Formats: sequence, C-alpha cells, structure tokens
Amino acid sequence: MAEYERYEHDVLVIGAGGAGLRAAIAAAERGARVGLVCKSLLGKAHTVMAEGGVAAAMGHVDDRDNWQVHFADTMRGGQYVNNWRMAELHAKEAPDRVRELEAWGAVFDRTPDGRILQRNFGGHRYPRLAHVGDRTGLEMIRTLQDHAIHKGIDVHMEVTIVQLLKDGDRVCGALAYDRERGRFRLFAAGAVVLATGGIGRAFSVTSNSWEYTGDGHSLAYAAGAELMDMEFVQFHPTGMVWPPSVMGILVTEGVRGEGGVLRNSLGKRFMFDDIPDNYKNQTADNEEEGWRYTQGDKTARRSPELLTRDHVARCIQREVREGRGSPHGGVYLDIAWIKERIPKAEEHIKRKLPSMYHQFMQLANIDITKVPMEVGPTTHYVMGGIRVDGDSQMSTVPGLFAAGECAAGLHGANRLGGNSLSDLLVFGRRAGEHAADFAATKRGGAASSESAATEAIRVALAPFDRGASAGAESPYAIQHDLQKMMQELVGIVRVEEEMSRALTGIAALRERAKRVGVYGNREYNPGWHTAIDLEHLLSVAEAVTRAAIDRKESRGGHFRDDYPDKDPAAGAFNIVLRKGGGGEMQMERRPIPAMPQYLKDIIEAQKA
Amino acid sequence: MGETTFRVWRGERGKGDFADYRTEVGEGMVVLDAMHQIQAESAGDLAVRWNCKAGKCGSCSAEINGKPRLMCMTRMDELPAGEAVTVEPMRAFPHVRDLVTDVSWNFEVKKKVKPFKPRAPDAPDGTWRMQQEDVDRVQEFRKCIECFLCQDVCHVLRDHHKHDEFIGPRFFVHSAALEMHPLDVEDRVHELKETQGIGYCNITKCCTAVCPEHITITDNAIIPLKERVVDEFYDPVMKLVKLFRRKP
Ligand SMILES: Cc1cc2nc3c(=O)[nH]c(=O)nc-3n(C[C@H](O)[C@H](O)[C@H](O)COP(=O)(O)OP(=O)(O)OC[C@H]3O[C@@H](n4cnc5c(N)ncnc54)[C@H](O)[C@@H]3O)c2cc1C
Ligand code: SF4
Ligand code: SF4
Ligand code: FES
Repeated sequence: MAEYERYEHDVLVIGAGGAGLRAAIAAAERGARVGLVCKSLLGKAHTVMAEGGVAAAMGHVDDRDNWQVHFADTMRGGQYVNNWRMAELHAKEAPDRVRELEAWGAVFDRTPDGRILQRNFGGHRYPRLAHVGDRTGLEMIRTLQDHAIHKGIDVHMEVTIVQLLKDGDRVCGALAYDRERGRFRLFAAGAVVLATGGIGRAFSVTSNSWEYTGDGHSLAYAAGAELMDMEFVQFHPTGMVWPPSVMGILVTEGVRGEGGVLRNSLGKRFMFDDIPDNYKNQTADNEEEGWRYTQGDKTARRSPELLTRDHVARCIQREVREGRGSPHGGVYLDIAWIKERIPKAEEHIKRKLPSMYHQFMQLANIDITKVPMEVGPTTHYVMGGIRVDGDSQMSTVPGLFAAGECAAGLHGANRLGGNSLSDLLVFGRRAGEHAADFAATKRGGAASSESAATEAIRVALAPFDRGASAGAESPYAIQHDLQKMMQELVGIVRVEEEMSRALTGIAALRERAKRVGVYGNREYNPGWHTAIDLEHLLSVAEAVTRAAIDRKESRGGHFRDDYPDKDPAAGAFNIVLRKGGGGEMQMERRPIPAMPQYLKDIIEAQKA
Repeated sequence: MGETTFRVWRGERGKGDFADYRTEVGEGMVVLDAMHQIQAESAGDLAVRWNCKAGKCGSCSAEINGKPRLMCMTRMDELPAGEAVTVEPMRAFPHVRDLVTDVSWNFEVKKKVKPFKPRAPDAPDGTWRMQQEDVDRVQEFRKCIECFLCQDVCHVLRDHHKHDEFIGPRFFVHSAALEMHPLDVEDRVHELKETQGIGYCNITKCCTAVCPEHITITDNAIIPLKERVVDEFYDPVMKLVKLFRRKP
C-alpha cells in the first residue's frame, strides 16, 4: 500500500492568499497545469484580513502621483536596504494590477468622477490606497478566488505542505498531509511557488492568524534557499489591547488616515513631539494642518500620526513606558473627535470604517463614534523572507519561486501600509509566469525523492508514537513558551544580552520539541498540526534572532536599545541566512548592489 | 467570570455525543477562546476550524446554544450567565470531526454560477466609470465572508436536503452581486429558476437573521432576484409577495 497519494502538476503553488492566487492565475494563463495548496479553506487566507487598501500610483485623487514618487516613498520607508529593482517594478506595475482586479469584478470605492478612490496612508506622499471601506483584503481575495475557480486550477484545500522535495539541486515537488483524514500527498511539479505568508505566530501579541507559522520561510530554508532581512519584523502601532482575549487584533491605519489622532493619558497629541528629520519637510507641525491633510487639502502636510509604522510604534511604546499610557497599557486613538469638525460624524465613521466600528462594538463594547479606543503595538508583518531574483521571483534554489509576504526585498527595513497587497499582485503574477516558463523546460523527477518522502512521513508521524506518554511534551505548551520568549526578548526594543538568552532558549525549546507527543487519531487533529508547525516556528525564531543580533544599529522595524542610531555602514548590506552542511544556521552580510543612476536621481528629486 | 461548563460535540462523521468541559472564563472572552483553552488544557485533539479570530474569514461557524454563529465573535458575557454553553458543528453539512463540517459542497456550487462578465471599457485606457451610489448595493453583498451560516439555517438545505436543486442564500447573494454589478452583462436568471432553485425559497428570512455581516439577504438579494425571475417566468411565492406589496 502506498503511503501517499501522488499528484502531478506543472506548477505547484503553495498558499492561496493574494500572492498564491495571483500566481496560480498567471501560471494557468500561461498554459501550465496548476495545483494550488492551502492550509485552510479557499478564500480564508490572511489576505482576507487586510483592511486599509492596496497602494498603486494611479493619481486618481492627486494627479501629482506617479510611479517615481511611489518608488521613492517605498525606498525611504524601507530605509534604503530594499531590493531597488523590486521597488521599481512594484511601483510601475501596481496600477495595472489594480485595474485588472476591476476588470475581474472588484468593486472599489469611487471618486466623484466615477474612478477608483484612493486614500492617504502612512509614508505615502499622496492619497494612493485603492480601497473598499476597511475590508479591502476581502474584496481582493474574493475577486481573485472567483476568477481563479474558472481557470481549471486544481485546488487542494486544508492540505499542509511539510517538506519540499528535490531532484539534485532543483525543486521537484512537495510532500503534504490533508487535515481532514491525515493522509499524505506527494505533489510532483516542474516548479514550485511559495506564497505562504508570514511568521507572526512566533510572537504572543500579533495581528496574525494561526496559519502564520513561517512555513514557507522554513521549508525554503530547509531546501537550501537563502533567507534575507529576517531581523526586520514590523510591529504595527495600533493593535487592540483590551480585553485580553483580543489583544493584538489590528486597528487599521485607515482610522488615522480618516483623521483619527493619538493621545496619551494627559490628552496630548504626542506624535508632534518627535518627527524624524528626513520627514520634517513633509509633516504638519500643527493640529490644524494635520486635519486639513486628512481631509484632502493638497496644500497641507501629512499629520504626524501617519509617519511610518516603526516610528509610531516606538513613540507609543515610549509614552507607555514613561507612564503616560492608558489604563490597559496602550494609548488613546480617537476618531470620535472629528464630530467637532464635520456634521454627521457618526454616520461618516460607520461608513468609512465599518469593520472597525463592528469590531470594537462586538469585542470590546466600545462605540468608536463616541469614545476613543485603546491601542498598542502588535506584531504584524515580516519584511524578511526568501531571497529572490527581483524580476523572476526565483529563489537561490532552481525551480523554487516565492512571492508575497514570505519573499524578501521589496520592503527593506520597513513596509509601508498598502504596499503588501500590491506586492502580492505584482510579484504573484511574475512568480506564476516565470514558474510556468521554468516548468515548461523541466519534467517530473519526484521519483528520485521518494525515499525523502518516506522519511518525512516518519518524522511527521513520530509525535503519535510518543503519544501522551510520561515525558512527552505538549505542542501547545512549547508554542506558547516560544511566543512568550520571542515577545519579551526579541520584540519591539532589542538588546544583545536578551537576544543571546533567546538563542539559548530556542535551543532548549528545540530539545523539548523532540519529545513532543500527541494523542487521538490523524483526522483533523489540531494537536498534531501544532506539533508539525513547531519546527517552522523554531527555525524562523532562530533566523530572526540571529539576524537581529548581527545588525548592530537601529533601522526601520529593527530597533536596538544598545545601538539606537542608524549606522550608514550597515545600510550597505543585507543579512543573509542559509542552512549549512552540518545543519547549522550560517549567516553572511551581503553587500547591496549599486543602484542605477536613474533611480538615484528619482530619490534625490523626491527628497525635496 | 469564573468557571463555565461547555457541552461540546465530540465525534466523527455524524456519530458522536456531547462531552462536558469546565474552563475558566476571563473578561472579554469569546467562545473560540474557550475552545482553544480546552484544547490546551484537556482535549488536545479537539477539532475546531478557525483562522482570523476577528470575524473576517468566516471559518469558525458553529451552533452555539443552538444558534448558528461565529465562535470568534460570540462573547461569553452575552450568553446566559451560570448556564452551560453548548457548542455543536453546523448541521446542514456532512460532519467531519467534532466541530468541523465538510463545507466543500459550497465551493462546488459557486463554480456553477456564471462568472463576472463586464461590458466594454468606458474609457480608452481600458477602465470604467461607476458612481458610488450605483455600487453601494453590490458592496453590501460583497461583504459576505462565506461563513455559510445562512446555508446552515435555511430549511431548504437543513431539513429538506435540496442540495442538488437549490444553491442556498449565500449563492443568491453571490448571484445578486453579479447581476446588480453595474458593469456585468451576463444573464443568470434562467439558471436561478431552472437549476438553482430560487423558487424553493419562501422568504422566511432565517438566513438574514443569522448573517454576521448583516447583509439583508432576503429583502435586498433574494426578492429582487425573484422579481427578475417573475419578469421572465412564474414563481408562486412572488405572486403573493407582489399582491401583498400592492396593498396601500
Ligand atoms: C489584520 C491585517 C490587516 C492588513 N491590512 C493590510 C492592508 O490594508 N494593506 C496591505 O497592503 N497589507 C495589509 N496587511 C498585510 C497583508 O494582508 C499580508 O501581508 C498579505 O495578505 C499576505 O499575503 P500572502 O498572499 O503573502 O499570504 P496569505 O494571504 O497569508 O496566504 C498564505 C497562504 O499560504 C498557505 N500556507 C501557509 N503555510 C502553508 C503550508 N505549509 N502548506 C500549505 N499552505 C500553506 C495558507 O493556508 C494561505 O493560504 C494586513 C495584515 C493583517 C494581518
Ligand atoms: S429566506 Fe429563503 S433562503 Fe433564506 S432561509 Fe428562508 S427559505 Fe432559505
Ligand atoms: S451571506 Fe452572510 S451568512 Fe451567508 S455566507 Fe455570507 S456572510 Fe455568511
Ligand atoms: S476565525 Fe475568522 S471568522 Fe471566526
């Protein structure tokens, strides 16, 4: 009896969020036979949660916007360690990718002249985010999903990849189990696209769902691919802080885009106190101007609440640490105040921010049209990921592609809001097309890795053998301890000594993970699933920690209390991690290639 | 809030029974938190489907105290204090394990609804113009998170098992979103009547009552679709509705 069922595809796409769906559509349109695998049901991936919008320089609201400005904004937000080629392609192609969604049925909010409406967001110079109220991700994933189901793509829902398979250097497929029955599947493929999203579940306070265990990062790393920029984790400034069970759930930046302001317990708008030099020219220095900016006044400069996320998150952290926080350890985010400025403010808020209104009403008994919210930083996004070629999205392993949050490069040290959804579309499509082209030249090969598959199955089932026997560790307990440790020691403010302790802690947890035991049977058994995910979580936690120790400066999402300043020398390299021959994690500082003159000129021109 | 008893359905493929678990309920907790706590404390293999824990993905549908609801959006403090809370899987779909059901039927049904087909672009650059007031209606339908709670509660599926002849309220909402899309030029009325069973709906509005996105499924989606069907065909229920509406 075969231990697994076998499936053949030209292109196997792992992940069905925005990036995976867009890649699958692109590959299918190139004529490839596509398999699309996801851990949850179709349409439930993380992308569904995105709220604020998708960034594309269409210039519908402010015609001064164009790809050059978007490019410069993205580079500055990323503190210039981005892959500039990706930033260029992204800024150029995003408008077409958004218009394409409209052609596939998406219904964005409209401008008065009937075009796609765009809103302000942190770090974007002009109103740039196409949106649908505060449920843009839902609109996007549903549009892609409804388009994809008519493309002849084979969808494998609730199927989890546990290992990539290789034929020599090249990736030739993957091994998976299905949640429902716990049976294994072997996918043979000419090319594989990873679109597995992020790693937020390595921390305890996060806006991310259970799926975010860094699978793609870890699968690629285990297969020999390089990871890059893993020290850059984005802590979103505004997550819910109360009640405890909703701690971390996101409060969209759109609240601030619509005029919401941050105040400390003294009622002060503390964001005016600390405006970084490189944003001074473009930031309002008084409340009146900030308000006019949020209301679309083109002569006004942006309010300081809309500075980049890393900066706003640290300012909030400072207020709390210095004793000016709200009762539950956050600060106040107030949108209700706009009733002083506009008529029918309550209706306006409910229309512009319906799911935020809903979320606070239902989960916290708070009416945001009447009283301020309490918010604090939450782990949100990982800029780091699989190192890829900017044009093709291929990793350093032939045949293995990556797109979306699990790939690195576009966002550098800090991602601007809205630049992820556009990232998924632009690079999802590119990855799908290039994977299809690659697969067209390669065939089969998975036969050679059958012994690898058998071994992977043995490892995956081992927790059952240990069962709940004496000395067996609970997967939930290990996961919980890891999250807590990462939150405390490698979180928003980092120091060497704490991170070294984290490394020791990760090694100890790895030992415990070897003794993890689960009970019950293989059918829809969450204990078992959690046990399998542990390896991924431990790998990404180690990668984040090692890279964070090595970057001895503060930049973007990475803030070191022992090196609080930016070091120009450190701006010249990315940190790259790779699995060594003995299984150890190897690290290297890789120089960033020189930027071509025409891109440098754009950046200079936009600095004014 | 203290300890609370949860009567959770445990079992496989239709066979099963309630099992009682006691766990501590803290401030602001939702039912899904309690299920996770039970997993971590005493039932590591308790099968629960969930994803976002923020009411956005529609994965965690279940029947709580007999009512179809999202586990992640049902706060403990809105349920009767001091009483046991029952948590069961959705009953209108085949059972898999514990709280998980096989909802794949819905994904198959969706493929049968004709996809979006836009009119030729309005502008030379290949784009269209639509006014906000013309898309408001469709945007309501597009809020759907595909939780399938409306499908679970609809008697045509739940009690009469017309899964082969009736696509259910979720897909009437989906069809309405397409039919009323200002750019769409496809015609879905024939199928709605002939193969998708809109005539079976007798406007009980149970679906509307459970929709976590507060989509007015019956009034805004189903009745207008029925009207389109009537314009072309005959529907006994709609005849009554029309009579009723004509009264002053
Ligand atoms: C609350 C919230 C709000 C956000 N708002 C915005 C916003 O307004 N604008 C913006 O640009 N960005 C926003 N983001 C960020 C953005 O939503 C994500 O970065 C983006 O959706 C990631 O998309 P993806 O396609 O890379 O991955 P996802 O959408 O997360 O999809 C990952 C897929 O991979 C699958 N998968 C993972 N591991 C495996 C495995 N081992 N085997 C099989 N399948 C696997 C999952 O099942 C899933 O289908 C937000 C994020 C959050 C959390
Ligand atoms: S209104 Fe129609 S679709 Fe909705 S529950 Fe009643 S019969 Fe079903
Ligand atoms: S219409 Fe409402 S109840 Fe039905 S699937 Fe959509 S969100 Fe759920
Ligand atoms: S878990 Fe997503 S809706 Fe409940």
